[in-house]
Amino acid sequence: MDYLYYLRKEKMPHIWCDGCGHGIILKSILRVIDKLGWEKDDIAMVSGIGCSSRTPGYVDFNTLHTTHGRAIAFATGLKIVKPNLHVIVVSGDGDATAIGGNHFIHAARRNIDLTVIIYNNYIYGMTGGQASPTTPIGKKASTAPYGNPDAPFDISRLAQAAGAAYVARSTVYHVGKTDRYIEQAFLKKGFSVVEVMTPCPTSYGRRNKEGNGVEMMMFQKKNSVGVERAQKMSEEELQGKIITGVFVDKEQNNYLQRYDEVIDKAKQINQ
Amino acid sequence: MKKISKITINEKWCKSCEICVQFCPKKVYDMGRFYPVIARPEDCIACKLCEKLCPDFAITVTSPDKAESNKK
Amino acid sequence: MENIPNPNVRMWQGNVACAEGAIAAGCRFFAGYPITPSSEIAEVLALRFPVIGGNFIQMEDEIAAMGAIIGGSLGGAKTMTATSGPGFSLKQENIGFAVMAEVPCVIVNVQRGGPSTGLPTHAAQSDVMQARWGTHGDHPIIVLCPSSVRETYDLTIRAFNLAEKYRMPVILLSDEIIGHLTEKIEIPEPSTIEIIDRKKPTDTPENYLPYKMDDSDIPAMANFGEGYRYHVTGLAHDETGFPTNDPKKIRAQMLRLNRKIQRFRNDIVEVETFNTDDMDVLVISFGSTARSAKRAVINAREKGVKAGLLRLKTIWPFPDKEIEALYKPVRKIVVAEMNLGQIAHEVEWATRREKPVVRVNKIDGEPITPNEIFEAIIS
Repeated sequence: MDYLYYLRKEKMPHIWCDGCGHGIILKSILRVIDKLGWEKDDIAMVSGIGCSSRTPGYVDFNTLHTTHGRAIAFATGLKIVKPNLHVIVVSGDGDATAIGGNHFIHAARRNIDLTVIIYNNYIYGMTGGQASPTTPIGKKASTAPYGNPDAPFDISRLAQAAGAAYVARSTVYHVGKTDRYIEQAFLKKGFSVVEVMTPCPTSYGRRNKEGNGVEMMMFQKKNSVGVERAQKMSEEELQGKIITGVFVDKEQNNYLQRYDEVIDKAKQINQ
Repeated sequence: MKKISKITINEKWCKSCEICVQFCPKKVYDMGRFYPVIARPEDCIACKLCEKLCPDFAITVTSPDKAESNKK
Repeated sequence: MENIPNPNVRMWQGNVACAEGAIAAGCRFFAGYPITPSSEIAEVLALRFPVIGGNFIQMEDEIAAMGAIIGGSLGGAKTMTATSGPGFSLKQENIGFAVMAEVPCVIVNVQRGGPSTGLPTHAAQSDVMQARWGTHGDHPIIVLCPSSVRETYDLTIRAFNLAEKYRMPVILLSDEIIGHLTEKIEIPEPSTIEIIDRKKPTDTPENYLPYKMDDSDIPAMANFGEGYRYHVTGLAHDETGFPTNDPKKIRAQMLRLNRKIQRFRNDIVEVETFNTDDMDVLVISFGSTARSAKRAVINAREKGVKAGLLRLKTIWPFPDKEIEALYKPVRKIVVAEMNLGQIAHEVEWATRREKPVVRVNKIDGEPITPNEIFEAIIS
């Protein structure tokens, strides 16, 4: 396929560091769009603030770069007004689950038909490596110089608990899985989340002596465990592992379908 | 003669992360001084893993059949 | 014949008039979060929108509601949210986005006492400065203040028209008294209501510049999903909509952004005068307090004191020229407002402190009475 067809070529090369996995995720997104044959005019990509949130600037869709954490709120309004648009939200771990955590769980509860791709790199990369809600306990960040005292969120489990219709996790190394999950998420008529683990060698790897992008991807390769296998493993065995796979894939009416029912009831009563 | 994939590297976009060099299952690439070098093109099986994993949109792999017919 | 009821007569609360005004203006998307004393606006639209083809959504917080109406407006709908004090504080972040990205939308603030949780069920007019400068950065804003139920209806429509015309958020600054006041009103025939829609691009998608610098100062706005694939960001941007660090381009866009208000202020600013032709004392007020002020002026006239009233329907941009045209002959100015002098300060500035400005202020949740203003007039 021709990636360049979907890119705003004059904005390239992108700002992401060498070894950063964000570009790999973007490629997965574009491959799936290409496979599904979606028209560029029919796609809106919405983001908040951070490295991941620079994605919309590079793609030739209807693109909206909003305020920190609020992408899902903007996307909700856009989707309601233009239900035929494919609305894709791209977000980081901090953007989606710290400042935007409330919007994230409520969009899942509401089951609004959006796909949120979360680039999880355990850190606020763009601003110099501050701790995020997914930074593991004890790991170093510029705001956790002695090790992070905070416990991390498991974003996929959070989305699952909040009621999302589709939730899956992959890593940038497992590019085939990422493609498959993103495709399933795009086709889901409800709130779908794909969490992709992506290395931040500059702001996280270096500080935590986890090496460059290649070494961090090697870690993903060696330490990922499928969700089925993980169920048979003890908590100790799962320490430091990345559980990948599809956590939720269910059919339930989405917000717009439920609002259609509201319209029917309202019209019956008011006719 | 064996048909060979066509691999191009856009050096303007490449950031020398070496992901292609490391993860190519056939070890087609060596790392050069600044950019990856296509050292063993004849070993390429056109799996396109390097293309998919290149975060910088810098690698294009055209499989041998398509390279010949010079399609898009 | 005289027994046929007038089909346009309504017995409405200010908040209901706001919701109905929004519908009349063409608003079809409302996102909100409940907060006293504004909730009736959301409640009416939750009831009405499903029947008339609109969408109502109750969001998880005020921030989300503000974000949602910006997203909806980019999709092409006329959109509104409504709130009060604490919620208005939360909306400021995304109001700034709407200003920067030039997205039309209407924000209603039914003012209550503050700061903080303050007086949820009592009126105040203390968000005058927050409405002007609540979001960070140099920015233009339009703020309208209704003094009656009918005017709430009219100014809500006007808020949408100005938002669409000038591509920016417009704030309707009501207050608890007006919001919860029920009056018998006659609404205009729908066909007589002026409705303004945003300027659509005439350029081809390839040539479309979402933030084009031209003589109009107001760029045409394409809706998402209609063939114009462009970029919208809260970052400083150039004509293309993409972020830039070029000081020349940033300056040009920022000056244009602010020029929209400076250049068209005569179209935006509306005031009402009452008994101002021969006055000795100029009373300035707005919102619910202007009703007491009018009574005070009438009472003063009855006592032989030549008082006149200037009622501000637009408070931002500030009606400085209108005040300038009136204040020279008067011996003093009385400014009545339910805060500690937010408008009075602007009046002093607009009149260069050439006349004594007597402040009538109240911040305890009680309305300012006609007599309190009367005392200030005759003293």
